Amino acid sequence: MAIWFARSRNLVSSLRHNLCTSTILIKRDYSHRPVLTTSHQLPSTVFSSPFVASLLRHESTAVEKQPDELVLHSDDQEEALQELDFPGGKVGYTSEMKFIPESSSRRVPCYRVLDEDGRIIPDNDFVPVKEKLAVRMYEQMATLQVMDHIFYEAQRQGRISFYLTSVGEEAINIASAAALSPDDIVLPQYREPGVLLWRGFTLEEFANQCFGNKADYGKGRQMPIHYGSNRLNYFTISSPIATQLPQAAGVGYSLKMEKKNACAVTFIGDGGTSEGDFHAGLNFAAVMEAPVVFICRNNGWAISTHISEQFRSDGIVVKGQAYGIRSIRVDGNDALAVYSAVRSAREMAVTEQRPVLIEAMTYRVGHHSTSDDSTKYRAADEIQYWKMSRNPVNRFRKWVEDNGWWSEEDESKLRSNARKQLLQAIQAAEKWEKQPLTELFNDVYDVKPKNLEEQELGLKELVEKQPQEYPPGFHV
Amino acid sequence: MSSIIHGAGAATALSTFNPVDSKKLVSPSRTNLSVRSQRYIVAGSDASKKKKSFGSGLRVGHSQKLIANAAVATKEADTSASTGHELLLFEALQEGLEEEMDRDANVCVMGEDVGHYGGSYKVTKGLADKFGDLRVLDTPICENAFTGMGIGAAMTGLRPVIEGMNMGFLLLAFNQISNNCGMLHYTSGGQFTIPVVIRGPGGVGRQLGAEHSQRLESYFQSIPGIQMVACSTPYNAKGLMKAAIRSENPVILFEHVLLYNLKEKIPDEEYICNLEEAEMVRPGEHITILTYSRMRYHVMQAAKTLVNKGYDPEVIDIRSLKPFDLHTIGNSVKKTHRVLIVEECMRTGGIGASLTAAINENFHDYLDAPVVCLSSQDVPTPYAGTLEEWTVVQPAQIVTAVEQLCQ
Repeated sequence: MAIWFARSRNLVSSLRHNLCTSTILIKRDYSHRPVLTTSHQLPSTVFSSPFVASLLRHESTAVEKQPDELVLHSDDQEEALQELDFPGGKVGYTSEMKFIPESSSRRVPCYRVLDEDGRIIPDNDFVPVKEKLAVRMYEQMATLQVMDHIFYEAQRQGRISFYLTSVGEEAINIASAAALSPDDIVLPQYREPGVLLWRGFTLEEFANQCFGNKADYGKGRQMPIHYGSNRLNYFTISSPIATQLPQAAGVGYSLKMEKKNACAVTFIGDGGTSEGDFHAGLNFAAVMEAPVVFICRNNGWAISTHISEQFRSDGIVVKGQAYGIRSIRVDGNDALAVYSAVRSAREMAVTEQRPVLIEAMTYRVGHHSTSDDSTKYRAADEIQYWKMSRNPVNRFRKWVEDNGWWSEEDESKLRSNARKQLLQAIQAAEKWEKQPLTELFNDVYDVKPKNLEEQELGLKELVEKQPQEYPPGFHV
Repeated sequence: MSSIIHGAGAATALSTFNPVDSKKLVSPSRTNLSVRSQRYIVAGSDASKKKKSFGSGLRVGHSQKLIANAAVATKEADTSASTGHELLLFEALQEGLEEEMDRDANVCVMGEDVGHYGGSYKVTKGLADKFGDLRVLDTPICENAFTGMGIGAAMTGLRPVIEGMNMGFLLLAFNQISNNCGMLHYTSGGQFTIPVVIRGPGGVGRQLGAEHSQRLESYFQSIPGIQMVACSTPYNAKGLMKAAIRSENPVILFEHVLLYNLKEKIPDEEYICNLEEAEMVRPGEHITILTYSRMRYHVMQAAKTLVNKGYDPEVIDIRSLKPFDLHTIGNSVKKTHRVLIVEECMRTGGIGASLTAAINENFHDYLDAPVVCLSSQDVPTPYAGTLEEWTVVQPAQIVTAVEQLCQ
């Protein structure tokens, strides 16, 4: 590490010239990479990697030339004396037989802006959030809470087959969405409906999907929560875990190819990081130099599997480096920290054409889904602690209130309005007619092939012959 | 895995790039590798001599005429055709791909070693030089991930052609192909389309052992939302490649390792093939033989013998493995009343099994005899030459089956 610090200083002096910046601060270097912060509007962090600086893959599309040859040749005496030229670059020799430890002695710290009481921690490095934005963020976080509560109850009443709440993860949902551009393409897992809410998906639209009625954009073909909106750049959710990560690399590739000022943003949980697709997705995005922001919601539990049974690394943040990806660990229950981290990550991804990994530390306060009772495998006081003391919505509310931007009156008005609107939306969605039979066969292909036409015809005849066997109001 | 694939690719690359010469189309005796390297395609090479029996009904339409050339596939083939250019099947695929990339800037290629290396069977040769290494993208080795990448790219407007270096390894991408590629158009309510082409070499015959010699059409056939075609001649290889790229649906294009060096004169002017259409290879009266991919050439070899014995078989290359062209197939069944299916696919749950079911369901009344299906044995493809040969259907079996069916 000491060696690297020495190098970092050299880099700083060479970069100072390149970057024409006035103030440069050296931060702690976890990643073997010199980390510099400029005094721009955004704390858009500028990095340079000793390994890949001169190895840009697609030269034709490189957004920004990296400072050349910042590599190993500098001033290190003994160890750099002898180097071996491997296909991947020069590697120095050492006579010391030293294994890299399985983890560093100190866990990667978690970036936060607000303390538990919703006060900004002094000397913090974050992107300022103005009143209008802050209020909107809070409103959406609260609306998400109300929506989760009401849909969950609707499922308990047997009105929909399934539901899954985002309780405890409202800050990640809303703050990340707020930090993105509407052109950024989101590949969600399933605990991120807040992103869609932020982008303008109405409560009626949510209800229509959960009830699978005629107004559902998915035409009643996917289970509740598996929203999708082409209009809002939100990919339709697939149930299998982590499949969206390699797809995100592909979206990033596509955006890169079209030179768009946007990135792909994909979400995953801690459990999903055990999937091969997680690792391949990260690796692909790194190799393709694709603008992808990977956001991992480390909420401690994958249904009943605790993270201690999921991996042995220091969480997810450390995995980024192995793939050559910049990473940050952030307090997922701190909306301002999430906002700042995602905003900066997005900026880096787009301007530097590279992936970034964010591990947002949080807790799944609700059950995994309505098919789960999490009190069977975790302590009630653990849930209670996260629900009360670490509640991301309350924490953010305190900050907004302390600024004088929100009142008790606003609060009750918002919640009662949201509640009313949701109840109406559910009633309307329930009454709306279901998809007609033709929608069973549409969209399997762009044009219905003959075999499906025949199957449709056969089914229609059957339904017409024995209507009593099929639900009333079934539209042929 | 990569080293295995790579080794196989290199070995075949060395031996494959000789144009097919009719004189080398010797009978399939396979005792050692040197004999192997002498022979590649079992085409209906006698066609030029037996023009009458093979060419009689081939003037049905434009495409049929060209198919006659494909079946001939020799240097002596139809020199009377005034236009066109001669190329090998892998070159035809490349030409189709290149034309589509010229035509539409959204068409891109991704896979292992498809870039400057040109693909293990050289289908993407020269494309990276022409279109750049971003549009012809070398990916790390992970079939599920580069297929997923293709799907993501397709959902945001590109038309990726995904090369599986070997079809067998596409099993590693099964999740993306099935759960995502096949379903997202449907589950999104038609909001997102996935216009990808997944293609690559498969099939038995290069002594590459079990995993490299697979016929995965049976695995993929029940995935809703996927279309499947198998090419068998340079003409249809190019036409199907172009059609697959233009299709809004995900299409799996099956290529056969033994057919890459098949030579044929194809038209200079642009054409595409219908993805859902079977190809009439040889019209006949006595029996309908349905086949596809490499088995087409075993069938044509058998047909030669059968004609000598006085039979007049109708040979149809079904080409579209999903959905079946039941119009063409039905018309033939109604004419001949007898059906023999010859495939390289597995006996259990294979394409032949599905086709048998479809014919029985739709044309039972027209059949004078039960449908017979000749398929590969239900074993992993063995490496040793003789064992490998016994795994797949041989022309003699086809002859016997036709004789029995026509009794």
